[in-house]
Order: sequence, then C-alpha cells, then structure tokens
Amino acid sequence: MTQKPIIQIENLTKIYGVGDIQVKALENVTMTVHEGEFVAIMGPSGSGKSTLMNILGCLDRPSEGKYRLAGEDVSEMDKIQLAIIRNQKIGFIFQSYNLLPRTTALENVMLPMVYNRGNDIPDDEQRQRALKALEQVGLAERVNHQPQELSGGQCQRVAIARALVNKPVLILADEPTGNLDTKSSVEIMSILTKLHEEGKTIVMVTHENDIASYSQRIIRFRDGQIDTDKPNGHKPMLQMKKEVDHELS
Amino acid sequence: MNSRKVIRIAWEGLNRNKLRSLLTMLGVIIGVAAVIIMVAVSAGTEATIAEQIQGLGTNLVFIQESFTRMTPGQRQTGNGLTFEDADAIKENIPGISGVVVEQNASETVKYGGQSIDDVSVLGTTIDFPEVRDMTIAEGRYFTQTELDRKSKVAVLGATLAEELFGSNTAIGQVITVGSVKLTVIGVMEEKGSTGGVDYNSNVFTPITVVFAKFNRDPFARMMGNRVRMIYVAVENEEDIEDTIYQIELLLAKRHEVTLDTLDFTVTTQDDIIETQESTTAAFRNLLGWVAGVSLLVGGIGIMNIMLVSVTERTREIGIRQSIGATPSDIRRQFLTEALLLSLVGGLIGVISGIAGAKIFGAVGDMRTVVSISSVIIAFSSAAAVGIFFGYFPANKAAQLDPIEALRHE
Repeated sequence: MTQKPIIQIENLTKIYGVGDIQVKALENVTMTVHEGEFVAIMGPSGSGKSTLMNILGCLDRPSEGKYRLAGEDVSEMDKIQLAIIRNQKIGFIFQSYNLLPRTTALENVMLPMVYNRGNDIPDDEQRQRALKALEQVGLAERVNHQPQELSGGQCQRVAIARALVNKPVLILADEPTGNLDTKSSVEIMSILTKLHEEGKTIVMVTHENDIASYSQRIIRFRDGQIDTDKPNGHKPMLQMKKEVDHELS
Repeated sequence: MNSRKVIRIAWEGLNRNKLRSLLTMLGVIIGVAAVIIMVAVSAGTEATIAEQIQGLGTNLVFIQESFTRMTPGQRQTGNGLTFEDADAIKENIPGISGVVVEQNASETVKYGGQSIDDVSVLGTTIDFPEVRDMTIAEGRYFTQTELDRKSKVAVLGATLAEELFGSNTAIGQVITVGSVKLTVIGVMEEKGSTGGVDYNSNVFTPITVVFAKFNRDPFARMMGNRVRMIYVAVENEEDIEDTIYQIELLLAKRHEVTLDTLDFTVTTQDDIIETQESTTAAFRNLLGWVAGVSLLVGGIGIMNIMLVSVTERTREIGIRQSIGATPSDIRRQFLTEALLLSLVGGLIGVISGIAGAKIFGAVGDMRTVVSISSVIIAFSSAAAVGIFFGYFPANKAAQLDPIEALRHE
C-alpha cells in the first residue's frame, strides 16, 4: 500500500461504567484504514461497532490506546478540539438522517460551514458549495425543500451532501440504509460507491450483507474485538444497480 | 462563527416556535410595560403637586405657627401668629412685594331670588391678587383704607359672579353673605385650580370683615386675631434666604422668643416641593420594585421555557455538535435566543408601556409623565434578565454529551 493511512488505531480499549459494573465495549482493537478505502464494519449488536464508530467520529474518546486521524493524534484532545476535528475532517451519515427539521435542504447542507473556525467562508461561496454538493447527490431540484417534504432516500442524500460540504478526509456512515426501502438503499449505495470511486475514504457500519457487499473490505466485530478482517469477495447486486442507474439517467 | 450568524441561528430557532416565543416574551413585556406605566403615573402625580405649589405664586415664603419648640409643661407663650405680625413684616422688612394673611369662613350667599349655600368667604389683605398671581377682570380689589375701616365690600370669583349675575354687571350690586350685606366692587378673572383650591367660586373680602362679622369655626374664634399662615412674596429669588432670616429676627423679637425657641416656622415653596417629592419618591420606588418583581417573574418564565426548549431540542443540539459545534457555540446560540426573547419582549414592553401611559393619561383622570430613565432602566433590566436567566439553560445545552444527544428521541 502506497496510500497514506487515514485511520490508525492501536490497542484501543473503551470501558463504560466503573467498578463492578464495568463493561468493556472495545478491547485492544488495532486497525488501519488507508486513503481511498471503502470499509464495511459488521457484527451483531453489542459487538462494539457503535462504540468504534463514536470513537472514529471523535464523538467519544478511547479509555486506552491511540487513535490517529490523518496522522493527527486525536485520542487526547479536549471537547473543543474534537468539535473542530469533526467539523473539518469528518462527514457523518446517520441511519435516521439527522437533518434539522423545518430547515431547507440548502440550509442543512450549509450548516457545517457555519461552524467553520478561523476560515470564515463568505455567504455566497457557502451557498455555491452547498448547491454543488446537493447537485452531486442529484438533489439540485429540491434545494428549498424541508426534510418533512422529502422522501427518506432524499433526506439521506441531503445528509450525504452535508457530510461532503466541508471536504472531510473521512466519511462515516452509520447504517446509512437502515431506514430505507431497497430501491432507495441502492440509490444511496450507488452514491457512496461513486464517492469511493472519486477517492473518498468511507467507513460504514451495517448489518446487511447486501449493503456490505458494496465495500472493498469487511471487518467483523465480536465481543469488542475484531473477529475477521478481509477483502470483500462479492460483487454488489449488479443487476439492481444497473436498473437504478438506468432510472437515474 | 461571527455574531451575525449566531443571531441568525437564534432567530430561526425562535421563529420555528412563534407562539411559544411570544408567550415567553409576555412576562417580559408585562414587566417592562408595568415599570414604565407605574413610574409614569407617579411622576405625573409628582409633577401635578409641584405645579400646584408653584401655582400658589412665585418666590413665596410661608410662615406657620409651630408648637414643636415647646418643652413639656411649658405653655404656649405670646399670641402666636397674628394679623399684626403680617403688618409688621410688611412695614419693616425690605425687598418684599406683598404679605397676605387669609381667614376662611363658609356662608350662604343670596342675591335677588337666588341662594347658594356653603360659599367659601376668604378674608385676605390687599396684596392677595399680586401674591397669588390673580388678576381682576372687572372693577377693582379693595384698598388698605377699606381694609382698615372694615368696609363691607366684596370681590367675586368668576364662576360665582356668573352664577349670581349671568351676563349682567356685578359691580355695584349688593349681595347678602350670611347676614351681612356686601357691595360687589370687582370680579376676578377665571383661574385654574391651584394648590388644590378652586378660587373661582369664592367671595373675597377684607380679612378684618371676616374677623368682625362672620361665623368662623369655634377654634378660629378662640384664636382671635391669630392666623394660621402668613404668605410673603419676595421680590428677588436670591433674597429669599436673607428675607427668611430677617422675618425670623423680627417675629422672634415680637414674640419674645430666641432664634432657638421660635414658635413658628418659615418655609419656602422649594421646601414644600422637596417634602412632597420625598413622599412621592418613596411611593414611586415602591411601584418600581413591584414592577421589577414582575420583570423577575418574566425572567423566570424565560428560564423555564429555555429549559424545556433545550430538552426538546436535545437532538438538534446533538446534530449541531456532530457537525462541529463546540460547547461555546451551543451556549452562545441558546444564550442569544434568551437574549433575543428578552430584548424583543423589552422593546414591545417599552412601546406598550409608553402607549399604556399615554392611554392612562388620556382616558383616566390621571396625569402620566413617561420618563426616559424609566424606559432605559426597564429595557436594560430586561436584557440583564435575559442573560441571567438564559445562562443556566444555555450552559446545560452546552454540556450535553453529543452521543447521548444524538440518541435522544
């Protein structure tokens, strides 16, 4: 591998609670994700994949171990520094979209730029960037719609645009198709595949094999530890993908 | 994040729940309006009283009997203030434009077939019109000779003359006051009520006539030539202090007392205004505090709603945190919302307070004076209330854990 590492975690442990009720959600996890990889994280509930996502997303800090994001050690950062990292380096895609209600798609996508620190982007440029991101996910027609006026798939596409707008080094998708029907799921996965082809680094949690099959590499968790970590041998549901691509074009 | 963006985000937050925002502001609106209206009402009362005192005349000095200098067991010495004291002041003290003593009686006035009960008969001296800034509309006031001779003459107030004579001339007519026949020699020009007394329905007559002829209350009769108050008009305002001292010296000598044991007090209009003001100021402060408490209650309302809002919008907070809002971004957002609520509420309160004060003044029989300082104080208290009561909920929002917040339904 010549690509530079984006995620480097070493001996990562996360313990919840104190004393007798201590729970080890993650134990001694070591893994590396390189630039441009599309990784699926799988595992039963309670296997520690959500905890890992929270730590990868800088929403939480490890109890022990190191986490380097694009070469920067974030495991010792304080709340404010972590917020800045989330803003600048990470794009989140959640199962339940997590868009601000009663706020237009455009404003939702502009939100990460509102919290930019140091480099205040002019309003005009913010708009242009947000419009471009919405175009990328095929929602140029719907920029002034509010989430309640959009379908689930469309909401998730707004969320993807929001994740992209600050040009993050890492896109984290937590069950991105969990609330969607098959057709919308395929749409979302084709967008993620396209982003992957453009060179974005994507880490996605899912428990559906079909969805995981879009990735290059699948890491399975069990009881807070990595069970298996291997390249994806399957091809995605090509037939369905073609149909959707046809419809989209 | 610049402050323009913070304000925009906060404004959008409030806009999403207009009815609630309005209801939350209501507490502040009522508080601010109450402060302004209450202060305006008491300031109006104050101004009215000051005007009434000023309306008595200009550069007035009041001499009143006082019993406070007596030690226990000591009896009132001398004759107290008398009509003669007034004469002595007029003769001996330079720089005064007039001295007036008054003695009241209440009598039935008859003319032709008409009879009016309980007319106030005011016995005065010749300087009365000048000292009280009153002018004669028709005829003349009585003279010193008439005063000395106890001439049976009368000057009528404008309203009384109108009632008795209509459009006919009053001068030279004879009216019956009590059992005494008085010849009308003049009619006063109409004057607004001053010092709470309406002089337009009065009969003015030489004080000597009142002493000699009219029923006075038993206490007044017992007092003989004693008067309750002597009014002295001083020519120049800057001489007032000096004149007071000279009056004290003169009367002390006449009453055979020392300056330390004066049996009378000399006060100025300013003294009276000051006393009145300190009374109304206490009243005004009380009203101000009551209104301030309602502002405080408004602030608690803001805190209450902001706490509900923070809980309700936990997920929104989580979303903002996940895309890079720092604790201080979140704190600023909610603090700005609270501040906007109180400032907009304060502004509406100021407008409705001023309007309310004007309406009170126009509709109620009440004078109101809106003071700029009460507006400023009320508005800035509203802002302070917003910051103070907004801080706790805002801090609570800022401390939320992003993972918990995102999980919140």
